[in-house]
Amino acid sequence: MPTLSHLITRRHQVLPGFGLTLGFTLVYLSLIVLLPLSAVVFKTLSLSFAQFWEIVTAPRVVASYKLSFGASLLAAGINTVFGALLAWSLVRYRFPGRKLVDALVDLPFALPTAVAGIALTALYAGNGWLGKLLEPLGIKVAFTPLGVLVALVFIGLPFVVRTVQPILEDLELELEEAATCLGAHRWQIIRLVILPALTPALLTGFALAFARAVGEYGSVIFIAGNLPMVSEITPLMIITKLEQYDYTGATAIALVMLAVSFILLLVINSLQGWSAASSSSTGGRKS
Amino acid sequence: MSIEVRNIRKAFGTFEALNDVSLEFPSGELVALLGPSGCGKTTLLRIIAGLEAADSGTVFLEGEDASGTHVRERQVGFVFQHYALFRHMTVFENIAFGLRVKPRHRRPAEADIRHKVHELLNLVQLDWLADRYPAQLSGGQRQRIALARALAVEPRVLLLDEPFGALDAKVRKELRQWLRRLHDELHITSIFVTHDQEEALEVADRVVVMNHGSVEQIGTPQAVVEQPATPFVADFINLDDHGPDWLVAARLKHRGHILQPVHNPLRPLRA
Amino acid sequence: MAGVTNSVASHTANHVASGVPSSSRHRDYQASPATREAPWVRYTLLTIALGFFTLFLLMPLFAVFTEALRKGWGVYFAALVEPDALSAMRLTLLAAAIAVPLNLVFGVSAAWAIAKFEFRGKQFLITLIDLPFSVSPVVAGLIYVLVFGAQGWFGSWFGDHDIRIIFAVPGIVLATIFVTFPFIARELIPLMEAQGRDEEEAATVLGASGWQTFWRVTLPNVKWGLLYGVILCNARAMGEFGAVSVVSGHIRGLTNTLPLHVEILYNEYNFAAAFAVASLLALLALITLALKTYVEWRQTATLSPESREQAT
Repeated sequence: MPTLSHLITRRHQVLPGFGLTLGFTLVYLSLIVLLPLSAVVFKTLSLSFAQFWEIVTAPRVVASYKLSFGASLLAAGINTVFGALLAWSLVRYRFPGRKLVDALVDLPFALPTAVAGIALTALYAGNGWLGKLLEPLGIKVAFTPLGVLVALVFIGLPFVVRTVQPILEDLELELEEAATCLGAHRWQIIRLVILPALTPALLTGFALAFARAVGEYGSVIFIAGNLPMVSEITPLMIITKLEQYDYTGATAIALVMLAVSFILLLVINSLQGWSAASSSSTGGRKS
Repeated sequence: MSIEVRNIRKAFGTFEALNDVSLEFPSGELVALLGPSGCGKTTLLRIIAGLEAADSGTVFLEGEDASGTHVRERQVGFVFQHYALFRHMTVFENIAFGLRVKPRHRRPAEADIRHKVHELLNLVQLDWLADRYPAQLSGGQRQRIALARALAVEPRVLLLDEPFGALDAKVRKELRQWLRRLHDELHITSIFVTHDQEEALEVADRVVVMNHGSVEQIGTPQAVVEQPATPFVADFINLDDHGPDWLVAARLKHRGHILQPVHNPLRPLRA
Repeated sequence: MAGVTNSVASHTANHVASGVPSSSRHRDYQASPATREAPWVRYTLLTIALGFFTLFLLMPLFAVFTEALRKGWGVYFAALVEPDALSAMRLTLLAAAIAVPLNLVFGVSAAWAIAKFEFRGKQFLITLIDLPFSVSPVVAGLIYVLVFGAQGWFGSWFGDHDIRIIFAVPGIVLATIFVTFPFIARELIPLMEAQGRDEEEAATVLGASGWQTFWRVTLPNVKWGLLYGVILCNARAMGEFGAVSVVSGHIRGLTNTLPLHVEILYNEYNFAAAFAVASLLALLALITLALKTYVEWRQTATLSPESREQAT
């Protein structure tokens, strides 16, 4: 494939298979991902801008943005704090069952979202283990926006833990020892030495958890109650439109979500670039 | 086998790695490509091997234009700077690799492979390591296994990229003398790349001094030290001359004979 | 999502790149006064962290099994062997059996092109490969409706030829392929990049052909990373809900996967049966985590010289 080998920047290659593998990669990527995704754009183009704007700013849809983005931000924030704490405990402390906890942190990756959804609902419903404790206090979780938050915290947790953990593991002990020799107290070291080193990872973890939460569907719909204007998330709005055979309406909202995904993807990519750069410069280990 | 490169040019983007380099490597010699880092010596070695293609110019192996010959068919032995041992294979399997991947009709029988590998292991004096994995070896051991692996396919030339670069000083010295002895035994045309003056002078029959993609001088170690062709050569050969004259000079040796730097006339040494 | 599912790969990538196993996992932070907190601080932090873990991860997991067995083992097994549940199982297995191998071939091929060659637009290509991770599952389902649905681009053509894609099995398979698209590629790319070209070049100089190099040198070096990707890809393929829900016609016994079957049972207030089927999926998740942990352990073990020493 002369057209593909054209792309190669180092002209001579000893290893074979570049044209074949890149060709297959591009064809498969186009067929499975790019072509279908472009359908969203083309379908939306059948609308005038006024029509598009009317659909994506309808009050019920706007209410869903507020819930989706608000709950996702809050959930990502909660995950950043507790995820960092969990990562810290896993790396720094030795306790019985540590390996088990470490393995189970990935549960939200492995557990189908529908299963998580019904399990959380069962826990927080009025007669559930946790609902029973909370309702007498006047806190209703299931079938309210609070339920959405709980589901989003569940699915976002591993993103923060798994981004922070490796950075924490590779952090040089010598830095802390040097700081101690220079007279710093433990709290100062955490604030001045450890936290700055973790900041890129914490932000990346936050962004990843947020991005996942915004698009999440399965775990949320069971516990949300799905009341219009109150506890409807944006992905559910797409489903609702589809069930009414309003394909253009569904597509318009999907385009908004795709745009948000793209922006988040770019943010995450640059955060990860920053994270990699700063961890390699503080890591001091040359490859 | 003799090697000749003619008018080789190679650029990476705007960086000119090799600028019209022409060289001849006579059959059976051990030649050092010597120069500071970035001078193009490794690129030249990789072009001779066929791992890199020159922008222009020709490589002749035994008088034949090798441009159309794939690395696979060039029959060169290449020892990589970081050895590139297959980490998932034992030492034995690493050395046997080149024999096992031969087309079926040319592949030796299992017993012959076994015999050949042990012969090579004996040659590099590491027979007892056959069942180890690369990760379990010291740097010097890995280096010798990498060499044995390259020799297994009976190469016509042996190319070594900074063969001792990753080793500590003591092992370096032992290993380069060992390489010299091995070369005296096998007489395969060999080229090695180094940035260490001492190393090049000590073991090579001939030294090629390179700088900024060009050849500054070609000559015997004695010629390079005693009649440097350019100021760069004179300077580079004496690069780290701190300490008393006699100590500096004593470092510049060829196979045990002390060489005399031109602007550092040496007083006779007393033991 | 990008970057997290490949934590093992990037981790091992560090090992490979530095050539020395990071000793961090064997450090005793509490030994040195410089890296030690007062006991009360330590216990407070640990209690908060583990409390959060229990509340958000452990309790939902227990809830699944408790609810599943609430009405006893009889009801539990009846829900699992019911014909609709069995057909949902078959469809879930079928979707995974098609999606995982396809994405495996894609992952290996993309990783070979990206990790072993330098070309323009490489970084952009990696971003595009990541794309399905950041697309909402609902949108992932929707795009196939737009392409293959009755009013979609190819909808009328398929309609004329009496081929159903949407609200049928092919749609479910396509949506599954989409959501699991990046898993294996994301795992292999950093791993193969970190390993560089040296070993492949060495093999080539020794006379190995492209296939020989790939099978004998590249593949054995990345096999644990590959397996890791396959495990995660499979878990997601079997558990996907949102995307599949959009393209499935929710026809019992025909276009229902296990997660969709859970939803139907739950919405019919058949909680015991819903949780019974859900417990099967939770079990799958636990097996996935166990396998994943084992593979991580093997992967680090293969790379660290000390463990090799112990092995021999």
